[in-house]
Amino acid sequence: MSSAITTGFVPQAKPRPPRAPGENYLNVAIGVKSWLFTTDHKRIAILYLVTVTILFFLGGAAATVIRLNLMTPTGDLVPADTYNKLFSAHGIIMVWFFLVPVIPTVLGNFLVPMMIGARDLAFPKINLLSWYIFTIGAVITLWALIAGGVDTGWTFYTPFSSKYARTNVMPTMIGIFISGFSSILTGLNFIATMHTMRAPGLTWWRMPLFLWAHYAASVILVLATPVLAMALILVGVERAWGIGIFDPELGGDPVLFQHLFWFYSHPVVYIMVLPSMGIISEVVTCFSRKPIFGYVFIMWSSVGIAVLGFLVWAHHMFVAGQSVYSAMIFSALSYLVAVPSAIKVFNWTATLYKGSISFETPLLFALGFIALFTMGGLTGLFLAALGVDMHVHDTYFIIAHFHFIMVGGSVMGYMGGLHYWWPKMTGRMYSDFLSKLAALIIFVGFILTFLPQFVLGYLGMPRRYHVYPPEFQVLNVMSSAGASILAVGYVLPLFYLFWSLYAGKPAGPNPWGATGLEWQTPSPPPTHNFDESPIVTTGPYEYSVEESEIVH
Amino acid sequence: MSTNHSILAHHFADLDQQRETETFGMWLFLSTEILIFGAVFTCYTVYRLRYPHDFEAASAKLNVLIGSINTIVLLSSSLTMALSVHATRVGRQQMLLTCLLLTILLGGTFLGLKVLEYYKDYKDNLVPVLAFKPEEWTQVQGEQGPVQPQRVELMLVFYYVMTGLHAVHMIVGMGLLIWLVVEARKGLLTTVRYMPVEVVGLYWHFVDIVWIFLLPLLYLTGTHHAADLHF
Amino acid sequence: MFAEIPLFPEQASTTAQRVDALFFFLCTVCGSMAILIAGLVLFFAFKYRRRAEDERTPRIMGNNRLEWFWTIAPLFVFLIMFLWGADIYTSVALPPPDAADVFVVGKQWMWKIQHPGGQREINELHIPVDRPVKLTLTSEDVIHDFFVPAFRTKIDVIPGRYVQTWFQPTKTGRYHLFCSQYCGTSHANMVGTVFVMERDEYRQWLGGQAATGSLADQGRQLFLKFQCITCHSANAEARAPILEGLFGRTVSLRNGRTVVADDAYLRESILYPEAKVVQGWEPIMPTFKGQANEEELIRLLAFIKSLKPGQTPVRNEEALPPLDAPKMPPGGNPKQHEAVPTYQPQGKSNEP
Repeated sequence: MSSAITTGFVPQAKPRPPRAPGENYLNVAIGVKSWLFTTDHKRIAILYLVTVTILFFLGGAAATVIRLNLMTPTGDLVPADTYNKLFSAHGIIMVWFFLVPVIPTVLGNFLVPMMIGARDLAFPKINLLSWYIFTIGAVITLWALIAGGVDTGWTFYTPFSSKYARTNVMPTMIGIFISGFSSILTGLNFIATMHTMRAPGLTWWRMPLFLWAHYAASVILVLATPVLAMALILVGVERAWGIGIFDPELGGDPVLFQHLFWFYSHPVVYIMVLPSMGIISEVVTCFSRKPIFGYVFIMWSSVGIAVLGFLVWAHHMFVAGQSVYSAMIFSALSYLVAVPSAIKVFNWTATLYKGSISFETPLLFALGFIALFTMGGLTGLFLAALGVDMHVHDTYFIIAHFHFIMVGGSVMGYMGGLHYWWPKMTGRMYSDFLSKLAALIIFVGFILTFLPQFVLGYLGMPRRYHVYPPEFQVLNVMSSAGASILAVGYVLPLFYLFWSLYAGKPAGPNPWGATGLEWQTPSPPPTHNFDESPIVTTGPYEYSVEESEIVH
Repeated sequence: MSTNHSILAHHFADLDQQRETETFGMWLFLSTEILIFGAVFTCYTVYRLRYPHDFEAASAKLNVLIGSINTIVLLSSSLTMALSVHATRVGRQQMLLTCLLLTILLGGTFLGLKVLEYYKDYKDNLVPVLAFKPEEWTQVQGEQGPVQPQRVELMLVFYYVMTGLHAVHMIVGMGLLIWLVVEARKGLLTTVRYMPVEVVGLYWHFVDIVWIFLLPLLYLTGTHHAADLHF
Repeated sequence: MFAEIPLFPEQASTTAQRVDALFFFLCTVCGSMAILIAGLVLFFAFKYRRRAEDERTPRIMGNNRLEWFWTIAPLFVFLIMFLWGADIYTSVALPPPDAADVFVVGKQWMWKIQHPGGQREINELHIPVDRPVKLTLTSEDVIHDFFVPAFRTKIDVIPGRYVQTWFQPTKTGRYHLFCSQYCGTSHANMVGTVFVMERDEYRQWLGGQAATGSLADQGRQLFLKFQCITCHSANAEARAPILEGLFGRTVSLRNGRTVVADDAYLRESILYPEAKVVQGWEPIMPTFKGQANEEELIRLLAFIKSLKPGQTPVRNEEALPPLDAPKMPPGGNPKQHEAVPTYQPQGKSNEP
C-alpha cells in the first residue's frame, strides 16, 4: 500500500515564502483567531495542552474531596450521593478526558510529524476538528457532572445505569460519545501519517520507539472506541425509550453490557500506557547516551500489547458469573499480555548498563515510571490469578493496581515527556532544582498514597465506599496524607513551567544532545518544521560508538 | 501544472502521496464503522442464538416487501455512485452530475421508504413501548410453543437500533453527496481532482454493504409467506 | 497504636487458607522481581553515572539470547500462577454435595437470607463452623456482590439469574459482609455480619428463630396458594408433569433436547413456562411472573426439591386463604380447553 521511501519535497511541492529570522510557530501569527483556526499540528498540541491540563485539575479536585471524605470512617464530609457523584466524575474525567488523550494529543500531535520528518500530520484540518470535538464533548460532560452529577461510576454497569440511576447519565454519555470521535480521528491521523509520510530513508525499522508506541496506541484507539460508542448508545436507548437489551425483564442480560464495555475498556488502558512507554524509551536512551537495548523486541512488544490487549477483557469479570472455562481462558491470556510489558522494563534497564547516565529531570521521571509501573504491573499478576482475584476484585487492591500503572506509570511518563520536550516546544528551559524537587515530591507522595491501598484491599475494603469499618481508618489517613503531598507535586510544575515562558533560559535546538529529527530544528520550530526534507541514513538512537573504539 | 499546486496540500510531497493518504484515511475510518456495527451485530447474534423462535416470529412480521425494494434501491445507488467515480476519472462532467443526482434520488427513495416502513410498523403494533400489544403475540406459535412477547420486543429493539443507525449513516452520506453536487457544479471535480468522489464512494459502498448484512439478519430469519407481502 | 493497624485479614475458611498461600507465593516471586529490577536500576544508575561530558558509551544494540530468555522464562512462572489460581477458582465453583443450602436475595440496599429451615435474616448470616455452606444468590434489582473478606470469596449477584458459591468456615467469630459491586446511594451501607458458631450454639440459634416452618413447608403453602396443584397434581387428570423426585433428573424437552432440572430450570419454568416444555406435554402453563417474588420462588423451589414420591398434596386440600392468588375456575385453567389435553400416565413424562 505505501512506499517505504517517499519522494522529497522538491521539486513539485508548493514553494514557501522565506522565513523571517526568529520566526517560529508561536510568533508567526498572533491573536485568538490565529489559534482557534490553526491547522498547525504544533499549535493544536498547545490547544490540547491547555484543555487537558484544566480537565486534569478538575479530576484532581474530585479526588481531593474523595480523599478528604475518607479520612473518617463515617464519611462526614459529603453525603453518600455526593460521594458517588464525585468518584464517578473523577473516573470519567481522568479516563476519557485526561489519560486517553493527554500524551497522543499533546506530545503526539507535536512530535509525530517532526519525528517523521514531515511538515504536518496527514489531515491537518481533521486534527483541528478533533480538538473542537474533544472540547465540545468535555464541556457537555462537565456540565452534566457539575449540574446534577452522575452516580453510576465510570463503568456505567447495567441495569443500574440503564434502569435505576436517576442522575445525568444521558448527557454524560453523550459527552463521552462525542469525545470518542476525537479519539478516533486522532488515531486515524497518526496511522495515516506514519504509513504515507515518512521522510526519505526513514524505514519502519528506523522509526523512533515513540512513534511505534503511538502507532500501536492509535490502532487500539481506532478499533476499540467504536465498541464503547455502541455500548453507550444501547444504554442510552434503554434510558430514553424505557426498554432495552440489558433488561432482565425482557430476557436481556445485564452482563452483556460488561462484555461490550470491557472489550473497549481493557484496550483503552493500553492506549493510556503505550504512549507513555514510548516516552520512556526516548528519555532513557537520551540520558544514558546509548542506543536502546533491543529495539526490535521493544517494537514488537508494543504491537503485541496492542493485539493481546484485545483478548483479555473478561478478566474484569471473573466474579461476574461467567463460566469457569471462560474465566480460565481469560486468565491465561492475561498472563500472556504481561510478557511484552516485562520485556520493555528489562530492555530499559539493560539500556542503562554501561551508559553515561545524567540525572536530568526527564530521566528522574522515567526512572520513577520504571519503578512504579513495574510494581503496578507485577500486581497485575496477582489479579490474573483467578483464586486471588476472587478475593481482591472490586476492592482497594484494584484501585491501587490501576493507579500504580496509570498515575505511577502513565502520568509520570507524561511528566517526563513534558519536561523533555518543553524546551523544544517553548524554546525555554525551566528551573532544574524545582523540577527535580517536583519529581521527588510526586514519587514520595504517590507511594504514600497508594501503597497503603494494597493493604486495605487485601483486608477487604471495597471500592466506591464513602464509609468504612473503623479499623481501616489509619491506612485511609495515610493514603489521604500521601494524596496531599502528591497534590503539591502536581501543582508545582504549573508554577515553574509557566515561569519559564517568561524568564527561562533560551533552550537552543538541542539542549539534551539527543538524536531524533525533532532536535534538528530550532526551538521553537518554524511552522513548517523543516526547511528541506530531512533524509535519514541511520537508526534512531546512534549515541554510541563501537566498543572497540572506546579508549579505556 | 499550476492546477497541481492548487490541489496539492502544503504538507504533502506530491499528488500521489496525497491521494494515497486520502484513500488510506477513508479505509481506516471504515474500519471503525465495522467495529461499531460489529458490536451491535454481536449483541444481536447472542440473543438470536438464545431465543431463536421468538426472534424468528418477530422477523416474520417485518415488512419484507419494503425491505426488498429498499435493497434493490440501495444496490442501484451503489451502481450510480460507482459510475460517478468513473465519470470523474474520465472527465465526463455531465455524466458525473447525472449519476450523483441519481444516487441522491435513490438514497432519498430508500430513506423515504424507510420512513413509510417505520410508520407501517407503528400501525402494526411493532414498536416496543409506543405501539406494542403483548396479547397479540401470546397465540403466535414458535417451534416449541407460543413465543414470549418480551423476547419479541427485544428483537424489535434491535431492529430499530440497527436500522436506525444505518439510516443515520445514510443521511450523512446524503449530505456528502449534496456537497459533491455543489462541487461538481462549480467544476471542481476533474480528472486531476477526483479524490472527493472516490472517498465518498467508498463510504457509500460501505453503507450499502451494511444493509446487505442487515436485510437477511433482521428480515429473512423468519418465514414470510406471500400473504405477508403488504405495503 | 501501630499494633492496632490491621495489615492482614483473618483467615476463616478453607478457601482463605488456599488463597493466602497463593498470595504469599505471588508476593515472594513478584517482590523478588521488583527488588531485582529496582536493585539493577539503582546499581546501574550509580555505577554508570556520567563522569565526563565527552564520555563514550559502547554501541550495545541488544542480545537476542537474553531477550528470548527473559521472554520465555517468565512464562513458566506464569504457568504455575495460572494453574494454582485456576485450581482454587474451580473448586469454589463446585460446591461439595453435602453442603448446606442457604438462599440469598440482594436488593437495594440489604441482604435477605433464607435458611432451609425457614429462618430468615437480614444483613446477617449465621452458619456453623467446619461445615460447607452453599449459597444460591439472586438480585431483585441491580447487580450486587456478596463479599466476605475473611472467607476470601465474593460473587456478583445478578437480577434474573441464580449464581452459586460455597465456603467452609474454619474459625468461629464475626466477620464482615460487604456488598462489593457498586449499586447506588447506600452501596457502602449494604453491609452485614457473618456469625460463625459452634455446632451447639448454631442449633440453639436455629431453634430460637421465629417458627415459620422450613423453607420447604413455606413453599408447600405457596404451591397451594398459587394453585400449582391444579395441574401438577398426582392423579389421572393431571395436566402437567408430576414434580416428585424431579430435581436433579434429566428431562427430555419437546424440541428433542434434554436439560437437567436444576434451580435455574425450575425458576425459569415458573416464570417463563414456554421456554422449556417437557416432551409429551402441551405448553399450557401460565406464567407466575409478577406474582411470585424472588423469595417466594426460593421457597417454591425448596418445596419442589423436597418432594419425594407420594408427597404431592391432594388436590382438594385446603390452602391457606390466599389474598391475591389467581382465581382459577373449578375446572382448571380455561386456556386448557383450547389445547387438546394429552393424557400421559404417571411418571412417563419424567423418564430421562
